[in-house]
Amino acid sequence: MEDLKLQANDETLYTVLDTIEKHLDENDCPADVKAEILIAAEEIYVNIAHYAYGGHEGEAVVQMEVCQDPKCCRVVFRDKGVPYNPLEKEDPDTSLSAMDREIGGLGIFMVKQSMDKVEYWYEDGCNVLMIEKNL
Amino acid sequence: MTISETRKEGVIQLDIDGRVDTNTSPQLQRSILQAFQKASTVILNLEKVEYVSSAGLRALLIGQKTANSKGGAMKLVHVCDAVMKVFQMTGFATMLTIE
Repeated sequence: MEDLKLQANDETLYTVLDTIEKHLDENDCPADVKAEILIAAEEIYVNIAHYAYGGHEGEAVVQMEVCQDPKCCRVVFRDKGVPYNPLEKEDPDTSLSAMDREIGGLGIFMVKQSMDKVEYWYEDGCNVLMIEKNL
Repeated sequence: MTISETRKEGVIQLDIDGRVDTNTSPQLQRSILQAFQKASTVILNLEKVEYVSSAGLRALLIGQKTANSKGGAMKLVHVCDAVMKVFQMTGFATMLTIE
């Protein structure tokens, strides 16, 4: 398992994505599955960077591992920001036309749609969000 | 991500190369809006794009709204399977014009 402790901001996003990508490449992850995992990681990490600390910059910890039997990728995100469960956010209406659509609100929905397991809990003063994707 | 622009007979084509993510999507949004200031039809060639996050979808939605409000058209061409999966998941596959 590799742990990353970072100041969550848009600049450190690529450190997170590059680390996850390296692990997935080492485990022969198919390109389409890799793209889904990286997009999910971006959505969660950027949410922490933009919202977890009320507009201020704060710390995020990202843990990534590839589990065996069944083989899956697990990424866990932790922040010490305002307690918030993004999974409770109402899903957007994806049937609306462009003119009726609101800008934004798709990120967590995409995470829920594309990952095999998504869980949130709050422990020791941290928001914890875990995603898993079968490889 | 890089974007190159070509113009032919009132149509602007943007050839996009690379990831459309949180950091690069503002550039795509600017390019689309600038293109609509010069032409009513904008073609986005996504042949070299394999990654579009929700930030990229935001840029595309703003582009589509701009096209609709101007009575123009925004067309996406050469969309790969991975990006099409994102469009289908979010309803963008039916909302956008994909050829």
